[in-house]
Order: sequence, then structure tokens, then C-alpha cells
Amino acid sequence: MRNWLLSLVLLLGSLGMAQSGKLEIFSWWAGDEGPALQALIDLYKRRYPNVEVINATVTGGAGVNARAVLKTRMLGGDPPDSFQVHAGQELIGTWVVADRMEDLTPLFRQEGWLDKFPKGLIELISYKGKIYSVPVNIHRSNVMWYIPAKLREWGVQPPKTWAEFLTVCRTLKGKGLEAPLALGENWTQQHLWESVALGVLGAADYANLWTGKLRFTDPKAVAVWNTFGQVLDCANKDAAGLSWQQAVDRMLEGKAAFNIMGDWAAGYMTTTKGLKPGQDFGWAPAPSTAGVFMMLSDSFGLPKGVKNRTNTINWLRLLGSKEGQDTFNPLKGSIAARTDSDPSKYNAYLQSAMRDWRTNRIVGSLVHGAVAPESFMSQFGTVMEIYLSSRNAQAAANAAQAIANQVRLGQ
Amino acid sequence: MRWFRNKDTLYGFLVLLPSLVLLGVFVYGFILQTFLTSLTDWGRDPTQALSANPQINLIGFENYRELFTGFVDARFRQDLVNTFFFTLFFILGCIGLGLGLAIALDRAPRGEGFFRTVFLFPMSLSFIVTGTIWRWMLQPEGGVNQLPTLVGLPKGTFAWLTSRDQVWRFSWNDLPFFTGLTVGLVLLLVAIAAFRAGERKRGLMASVSAGVLFLWAFTLGRALKPLPYDELHGFNLAFIGIILAAVWQMSGYTMALYLAGLRGIPEELREAARVDGATEWQLYRHVILPMLAPITLSAVIILGHISLKIFDLVFAMAGADNAPTDVPALLMYLTTFRANQIAKGAAIGMVLLVMVALVIVPYLYRQLKGEVRR
Repeated sequence: MRNWLLSLVLLLGSLGMAQSGKLEIFSWWAGDEGPALQALIDLYKRRYPNVEVINATVTGGAGVNARAVLKTRMLGGDPPDSFQVHAGQELIGTWVVADRMEDLTPLFRQEGWLDKFPKGLIELISYKGKIYSVPVNIHRSNVMWYIPAKLREWGVQPPKTWAEFLTVCRTLKGKGLEAPLALGENWTQQHLWESVALGVLGAADYANLWTGKLRFTDPKAVAVWNTFGQVLDCANKDAAGLSWQQAVDRMLEGKAAFNIMGDWAAGYMTTTKGLKPGQDFGWAPAPSTAGVFMMLSDSFGLPKGVKNRTNTINWLRLLGSKEGQDTFNPLKGSIAARTDSDPSKYNAYLQSAMRDWRTNRIVGSLVHGAVAPESFMSQFGTVMEIYLSSRNAQAAANAAQAIANQVRLGQ
Repeated sequence: MRWFRNKDTLYGFLVLLPSLVLLGVFVYGFILQTFLTSLTDWGRDPTQALSANPQINLIGFENYRELFTGFVDARFRQDLVNTFFFTLFFILGCIGLGLGLAIALDRAPRGEGFFRTVFLFPMSLSFIVTGTIWRWMLQPEGGVNQLPTLVGLPKGTFAWLTSRDQVWRFSWNDLPFFTGLTVGLVLLLVAIAAFRAGERKRGLMASVSAGVLFLWAFTLGRALKPLPYDELHGFNLAFIGIILAAVWQMSGYTMALYLAGLRGIPEELREAARVDGATEWQLYRHVILPMLAPITLSAVIILGHISLKIFDLVFAMAGADNAPTDVPALLMYLTTFRANQIAKGAAIGMVLLVMVALVIVPYLYRQLKGEVRR
């Protein structure tokens, strides 16, 4: 009886505790993405009015600066209550393998999320059968953008395969279009590479590349570099000096026919440029990748030893809920990771992405942290460098394999 | 307790103590720690890289061996070459321009004070500001590339910061040979100077060392191949833009150094030279420039250590990922904080420290010796 009373008191006490205190959220969502995060925080504050939310953002696209700050904080024993991280290996390869994150499988069970998120996604965010983060949004990497009116003018169709793409490229060059493919700086070139790799290898072999089952030096993987080289020959020569937005602009100005970029480009074209999806700009899966959804996702996890654990779990609960995801994503310009979200809140492009998300085969993006750990990803730039300066597919493949061995990719 | 001989020594020691302790911990202690880290495998095993209590094993100089001879660290070697050329042209540019400006201003033109401020002013800007402005000006489609259109010429097409063109390429395997050759030549010059000054012993020492080095370079140095294949490195033309911006920023400072030196040359000397019938050219060649030699040395040291450690300017101008303009300091940051290769990052840091020390320590040694003599 006394035990029962004691536990009741403790339970009530902990409920009371859960309503107050602090919650520090660490992310790189400043600027354009700020309002989406703020909407989530407002929702959280409505539910838990006594919790003081500390919004710690570190600017810098894709978290390039935030991740360095996070590492110093974690190493210094001052983990934020919850931090943004690209779902998949960027979290697993750095923090989960180092035993710094709590297993969230019980939360997923409790909330009944296991059948709300696609199986392919759950696989990407799991390590040894346990789930470590709550994905908030989904972006698609393998999208090819174009202007339908311009294509009609040139008399070409959006290519379905890379072979077709190269033919179209030659046709357009013949019509005086110097660079049919618009390309931007460094990372957008790697972004193009992952779409080429997915197209040339197919979904199964692409996934095998990251588990170590297919070696980079395999002739199939070397062939990716050859195709990539031919695709690069269709691109603008001043690519390295352009941001991804400037590359999209080139396409919009009609100086290029196609651009391969993640679907944040749709947000840029609709919000910043005021264009209508489907009319002013069109899209298709990157060549040879129809039926495959190469995804990247922002997610939040629960570091071990945080100060406000209950508040953090409530935060994660909100992030994974239908309401939370449908609040955040229309503002961010991405789709919900859940498959049961409400399409009426999203624009035409996002609705089409939602359909694909439910039906397509799911693979993860390399550049955006889903399939390879940071130690591989950040050195992949060196591989790209070797290829771009020598145009030697075998040398690039050897370097990629050497780095994969060094960082123990897929082990 | 003999050094307590008088109170002054004690007080002096007490006053120095706090800064000694702080320096000892935060400079030398951390240098030692970085060095020890660079001898470990911290970061090789992803499960240990960022764990709360990482298991770290000593592996000796393996990280250094990889940096200089490993297959995947070609980028580091190119970075060293980049640093070498950047330092060379940055120092030459600053000294040339700085000296020119200083001589022009020293002839006391109208509005000298105004121009002095104008030329010195860029130095007060942060490298981040300079870098951002120059990045805009060096955009492939705008700024500097548009200049020729003002006079009716076609616009420039040079990709200032992203060009992949390389000139003066050499194989990394030839490096031991070239290093031996260069150091040998320098020693030979030292020997000649010593013989001229009548210091026979020093001259003999230097010439014997030079001989040994030449012998080594042509025999073992030729045979020593760090890599099993030829890896070409050279001067990245993308660095021209960075050099421009850096020279723009620091040449005013060099001018100020030279101006101070010029003002320190007594007017009597110049007059004496003129009375002896020296032309202006001879005056500068034989009187003024030799007297400016210590200034040049200081300038080389100051500019040299800036350029070896350069990070912010390149970061602001081209970003951390732009490989054609990569430098070791940037690579150290990427290796440590993005790739989680903490030990290798520490090794890059130590290489940087040694490079800067090679420039600074002889200078400090000379300065201190000079002071003691005084």
C-alpha cells in the first residue's frame, strides 16, 4: 500500500515536473527555414506552456557549421537536449556507434509509429535493429527540373534514362544551347553524382555500395564515373562559382534545359521566384531513377545524459505526430515522413512527391548524410577532386574504395 | 634558494607567474596535447571517435606518414604546394608594392598624410570583410571580369577562384631532390658570403654541408620515392584571386613598415651620398635599400606567418570546400570537425606549427641574441 502510494506520488510529481523546466533545441534552421521551426516551437509551447524552449541555431547550409559546434559541445559534456541531424548514417556513423544516443524504439512502439513511417525509412534510421531518431521531414534528391514551355520550344522531351539524356544533350547543343545541364558549386556536383550512380547501378546495387557488398572498384561502380563524366560535359563550365540557386536561375533564364537538384528547388521556385509548380516549371525523376525515391531527412534524437529528458521526449513525440509534421512541412517545403499526412495542406509538387513517397522504393542520399557516415562523406570531396582534375574513372574509384576501407564503410 | 638573492627577483618572478602559468597551460600544454593526439589513432575507429570515453591507442608517426605518402591524402600534399606558392607570391607582392608606395610617399608628395591613411586602411579590415568583397568582385560573370568591357574589349572569362588550371607541375616524388638542391644552394651562398667576410671557419662548415647535401640529393634523394607512382602537383591558378586580395590588404601595412624604416635613415647620410656624386638610383641601391634590410626581414616574418596560417580569407572568399583554393588550415578544420579524423587533424596542425616555427624561431633567436649583446 505504501509502495503504491509512493509510486503514485512519484508519478504525479514527475507529471508535474514534465510541465516545467527547459528544453534546448539545437538546429541549423535559421533564415528561410526559421518560420517552420518556430511553428513547431509554438505548437510545443501550447501543449507545455511552462516549458522554456531555448532555440539554439547555428547558421550555415546543411549544418556545416552547426555540426562542428555540436561536436565540441558533446565532447565537452554539454549535450543539447535534442539536436537536428540528417537521418541515417550522419547520426548513426558519428553518434550512435559512439554510444551517445538513446534507443528510441520504445517511443516508436508506444506511439504506434512503426507502421506510420515507410519500412525503407525505418531501415535507414536503424542501427542493429534499434531506432535512434525521429524523422521530421522528407526531401527528395533525385529530381530533374525543367521549364515545360522551353522544352516544347526546343522540341525535346524530358529524358527517361541517362542514355536518352546524353542524346537530348547532343540535340540541344546542336541547337546552340551551350550547356543543357545547369550545375553549381562543389556539393551540387556530388549531388548530381548520386543521381547518376543511382541511375546507372539501380536501387539494389546503389544500396549495396554503402553496405560494402559492392566495391567502388567493381566495373559496375567504375562505369558510374564514366557516365558522370559524359553528363558533366553537358554542364556549364563556370559551375564551381555558382550556388545551387544560381544554377536553378540559369535554367529559369533558359540558358540551360535541365537542373538536377533536391526538391528544395521547388520551394525556391515557388516561394522566392513566385512560379507555379506544374505550369511554370516541371519535374521528373532524375534519368533512369523512376520508381525510386532517393530521400534525405532531418531528424531529432535523444542524446544520453541530457538535462531535460522528459521535455525532450515530449518534443520528439510532437515531431513524430501527424499534427507536428503537417505544421512543419508545408512551411519548410518538404513532405511529411509519415505516410498518413493530409495532402490538402501541400502544393502540387509536394502532393506528387507524397504519392511517390508512399509507393516508390526508398534509398538514401549520400551527400545529405543518409547512407554514409560523415567520415566518408566529407572525404568524398577528395574523390570528386581526383576525378575532376584527372577525368580518370579508375583513379576515382580506387580513391573511393581506399577511403571506404579507411573509415570502415558498411561495417 | 640563491635566486632569491634580492626582493626584486622575487617580485619580478611573482609578477610573471600568472602569465607563465597561463602560457604554460594554454599554449605549450595544448601544443603538447595536440602533438600527443597526433600520435594516436583517435578517429580511425568510428565507434571511438566521439564516444564519451574514447579508447585511444598510440600509433607513432603513422598519421604523418599517411599525410606525406598515403594514397588518400593527396589533397594535403597539394595544400602544402598551395601554401608554398601563396606565401611566395603574397610576400613578393606585399614587399614590392609596399616598398614602392613607401618610396613614393617618402619623397613627400602633396597630401602625403592622406595617401598614407588610404593605403594603410585596408589593414584595419578583417580578412572576412576583405574576402567577401573580393569574392563578389571575382565572380566569373561580374566585377573584375567585366572591367575590359569598359574600354570596349570582350569581357574576361577567367574563373578567378574556381579555375582548375595548374602550372609549374612537378611530381611529388621529385620533392626530396629539389629540397636538397635548394637547401644546398642556400648553404653555398652562405659559404660564399662567409668567405667574403673573412669568416673562414663558417665558410668551410657551410660549404662542406652544401657538398654533402648535393651528394645526397643526386644519389639518395633521386632514389627516394615517397609514392609508388608519380603524383603531380603545381600552382593552382585559382590562387591568383586570393593572392590579389591578400596583397591588397597587407601591402599598406608593409608600406608603413618601410616608411618607418625610411624615416629612420638620417638625412645626413643621403646628403653625404649626394655630395659624393651618387645618382638617385645609386643612392637607393647602395645606401637606402641596404639599410632597409632589417625591415624586409621583419616584413617577411610577419607576412610569412600570416600566409602560412591563412584560413579566414580563403574561407570567406571561396568557402571551405573549394578544392582548388584549399590550404592546410582549412583541411585541418575539415578533417577534424567534419570527417571526425581527430588525430589526423592534429597531425596537420603540428605540420603547420613546424612550418611557422621554421620562419619564426630563427628570427626570435636572432632578435634575442641581438638584445643580449646590447
